[in-house]
Amino acid sequence: MKKYDYACGSLEHFSRRNLLKLAGLSGLSWLTPLGTLLARQDEANPAAQAKSVIIIWLEGAPSHLETFDPKPGTEIAAGSLARDTTVAGIQLGDGFERLAEQMEHVSLIRGLTSKEGDHNRAIYNIKTGFRPDPTLVHPAIGSVICHQLNTAEDQLVDIPRHISILPGQQPGRGGYLGDSYDAFKMFDPQNPVPDVTAHVSDARVDQRLEDLNVLNRRFLDRHSNNRSVDGRIGTHNLDAAVDMMSSEQLSAFDVSSVPLEERMQFGDTPFGRGCLTALRLIERGVRCVEVTLDGWDTHVNNHELQAGRIDILDPAIASLIKELKARDLLESTLVLCGGEFGRTPWLNAAGGRDHWPHGFSLAIAGGGIQGGRVIGETTSTPARESKDRSNEVVDSHPVEDVHATVFKALGIRWRKELDTPVGRPMRICEGQSIDELF
Amino acid sequence: MNNSGDNSLLKNILFGVVVLTGMLAVGYVLIRPESLPQPQSFAPASEARLSIEQVAAKVDAAIEEELADLRTPLTTTPYRADDLTVARRLTLSLAGTLPSVEEIRQLEQIDPGHRTHWFVSRLLEDRRTSYHLAERFARAYVGVDEGPFLVYRRERFVEWLNDQIFHNRPYDDLAREILTGDGLWTDDPSVNFYTAVIDEETGKPDPIRLAGRTSRAFLGMRIDCLQCHDDFLGTMELGSDEDPRDGEQVDFHMLAAFFSDVQNSLAGIKTGVESDYEYELLGDDEATIIEASPPLYEDLMGEEPDLRSRLANWVTHEDNRPFVRATINRVWAIMFNKPLVEPVDNISIVGPWPEAMEVLCDDFIDSDFDLHRLIRVIAATEAFHRSSEAPFDVTDKHTEYLAVFPLTRLRPDQVAGAIVQSTSLSTVDSTSNIVTRLTSFGQQNDFVTRYGDAGEDEFADRGETVTQRLLMFNGDMIRERLDNGLNSPARTAGLSPDMKSAVEVTFLATLSRAPDQIELQHFMRQYEGLGRSERSTKIVDLYWGLINSTEFGWNR
Repeated sequence: MKKYDYACGSLEHFSRRNLLKLAGLSGLSWLTPLGTLLARQDEANPAAQAKSVIIIWLEGAPSHLETFDPKPGTEIAAGSLARDTTVAGIQLGDGFERLAEQMEHVSLIRGLTSKEGDHNRAIYNIKTGFRPDPTLVHPAIGSVICHQLNTAEDQLVDIPRHISILPGQQPGRGGYLGDSYDAFKMFDPQNPVPDVTAHVSDARVDQRLEDLNVLNRRFLDRHSNNRSVDGRIGTHNLDAAVDMMSSEQLSAFDVSSVPLEERMQFGDTPFGRGCLTALRLIERGVRCVEVTLDGWDTHVNNHELQAGRIDILDPAIASLIKELKARDLLESTLVLCGGEFGRTPWLNAAGGRDHWPHGFSLAIAGGGIQGGRVIGETTSTPARESKDRSNEVVDSHPVEDVHATVFKALGIRWRKELDTPVGRPMRICEGQSIDELF
Repeated sequence: MNNSGDNSLLKNILFGVVVLTGMLAVGYVLIRPESLPQPQSFAPASEARLSIEQVAAKVDAAIEEELADLRTPLTTTPYRADDLTVARRLTLSLAGTLPSVEEIRQLEQIDPGHRTHWFVSRLLEDRRTSYHLAERFARAYVGVDEGPFLVYRRERFVEWLNDQIFHNRPYDDLAREILTGDGLWTDDPSVNFYTAVIDEETGKPDPIRLAGRTSRAFLGMRIDCLQCHDDFLGTMELGSDEDPRDGEQVDFHMLAAFFSDVQNSLAGIKTGVESDYEYELLGDDEATIIEASPPLYEDLMGEEPDLRSRLANWVTHEDNRPFVRATINRVWAIMFNKPLVEPVDNISIVGPWPEAMEVLCDDFIDSDFDLHRLIRVIAATEAFHRSSEAPFDVTDKHTEYLAVFPLTRLRPDQVAGAIVQSTSLSTVDSTSNIVTRLTSFGQQNDFVTRYGDAGEDEFADRGETVTQRLLMFNGDMIRERLDNGLNSPARTAGLSPDMKSAVEVTFLATLSRAPDQIELQHFMRQYEGLGRSERSTKIVDLYWGLINSTEFGWNR
């Protein structure tokens, strides 16, 4: 059969690269100042401070009014309180007793907006920086980082460089970059790492691998003249899996070796252990760890349920930031904390808050980001009915701006275009970095 | 005498009149046109529907013709796959699993000339097949997301599709019901096509997402880009194949406008009061009202008062070739793990199209959109029976032009199904006991979740990951399946008269073939002098090796 594939290739996807191709300049452009300028766009910035990212993922959408954007005493607070922090003028929700002490390291983005009010779509949006596109799966932030940052140091990491602990609905996916950039999923770190331990003796493992080698060789021999599967059919992942099973770096997952007192600082919860594990993984050179705390979808009994989640979140995130600082890792590790959208300013009849993508919050720390800053402001008096809420947020930022900010911190040229399987080049990120944070 | 003579003459004349009248009457009856209703099933030989084998031969002829156009035409005849390999392909593609040893033994009793036909018939009468196909089609219609809470019941939708496919409902009829369905998501499961995309803010199905789904699933066209902008590079052609034009943003929204009056309430999906579809097109300062109109072959549109009926009848019109091509390409992808045109849901309306696709389109229309027949035709082609091995160097072109059966990696659901079946000697199907079915179902779901579901774009080529390899090495499902004393490893070890038989059964169960001499010698050397208890361990290890082998994870 002939190759019958048809790409979009419309003007919106008309890239710098395509322009150069079309103009026949791709070979000559390197001789010009323009070419040099364009080429620089494709290089990662080695001077960037951040090397790794930890995403504290609050699935279900936390209420910004009870967490990072409290409005005490207003009608929309509906009785919820706030707490002062170590930075004058910045308040957090009442339950953040310990995070308030770390506020000098933490900044808040209070004017985030999204066009997605449905959980699945909004999660996709904030995890990839793009709205869902049925024709293409965009890579998650951690996948892009692993794809773009692959240095000699990365080659020394036997364990996956992109890890999701307590994965929720959509753990980070490689998308068009390939499944090999998917996050490695693991659950409560008090249990063994899944699938890395053989359940038979070493002698049997060795014999199994020898048998497997014979079987694979026979299959490859029979298809050795099939060049159409070159590079796709092979055993490199088998070797990588065997390496990982015997890697010393797996010990990073074993939090039972951490002194009890230190562990308890993070909270005696799967999430707390997840944050402690994230810290240990970053120490081993892992590029991106996502730790999920779910249960924020409080359509009923909002105040009580949010408070319960905050009780788990506060010690873990505060200890994480404190320990990163103590181990001189905070400057090289960016920490993000937030969910897919905020919650309505008004309580519903069941005492709950519903979905609110028109102005919500995210906390950010480390990785060269200045602490103690607040970007954006949401109104205390939103209109009950309004088609246009743009005037209810000052200095708003769409979620893709968070991606651009993270990539900037890591030195990744986010405007660079990558090739996709559907034949249309795609920018890493369409957002603008929030420069006031640096 | 004279009187009697006159009487006699009169009688003779009267008799003559009666006879003549009778003859005329008989003659009229004999010669009058359309004296009897025409039999419905009759067609002159020259117009009769072609047999499955004849259509398959036409498909092969079309493929051969394109092969002959290759710059380096074949000088050696491609190999033909053996019956067990074909049975393996059929079971993987139609039922998402492997043929059981029980099925293989039964197949071997069938006359060699009838085996493919027999096996396809068996599978089409098997609920595993209709369920597996329903899931493949459901991914195109509603995706894989959980969707809106309460109002979206994906499982009900898949079960409904399962029934339609099992009973071989004409595909155009099925598509019409999906597009025009009314009612509750529980009682009228087809409406989950709509409830899957309910917008939380408006409470209505989102016309934009419905337009995207409709164009991809039913027309085989990715025009989602047009949602936001015109196509300025001329790569997204609409209109008709004879008079194509560049796609415009308004085209997408004219399609979306067909869904503007779909409402959702406690009574479910229904057509509500007619409401204007408004959208602010790129460059405009304000929203404009956009009328519903199809983006191609407008002349095929009827005048039904209801927008969705008008759309459904237009989509499924037998002259609306994109609808037919979209179906052919999807079924071909299911059968070969790879579509004729890639990606599966993006087929140009101006071509060129593979001639094999056009042959199949013609037959699909002639057969009144008979999905089972389409599957039978594809299974009967020589292309489906080609070996993945070849006596010549196989290039990308050879694979594209089907000189060999394409080697493709199994999808996650196929890997899970293959593990479950290979570790059971009997067939795991709807007749298995409830415990077996529930256990298998749970294990497969957990496995796919960890392995990574391929999602909607499941026919795209994907690489293996280290996580997947570790799951195959040490995952719970494989360990539980291998260690369970009721499953095939223990039973093979216990019931086989000798280790050679045990090795052969294990190869059949996992790779649907006997071991070759090198493989047999390699394993038999290890088994010399083993005691009975050690045999079981060795067979478990053999299963582990075969399930982890590259061959197990590929459709060949």
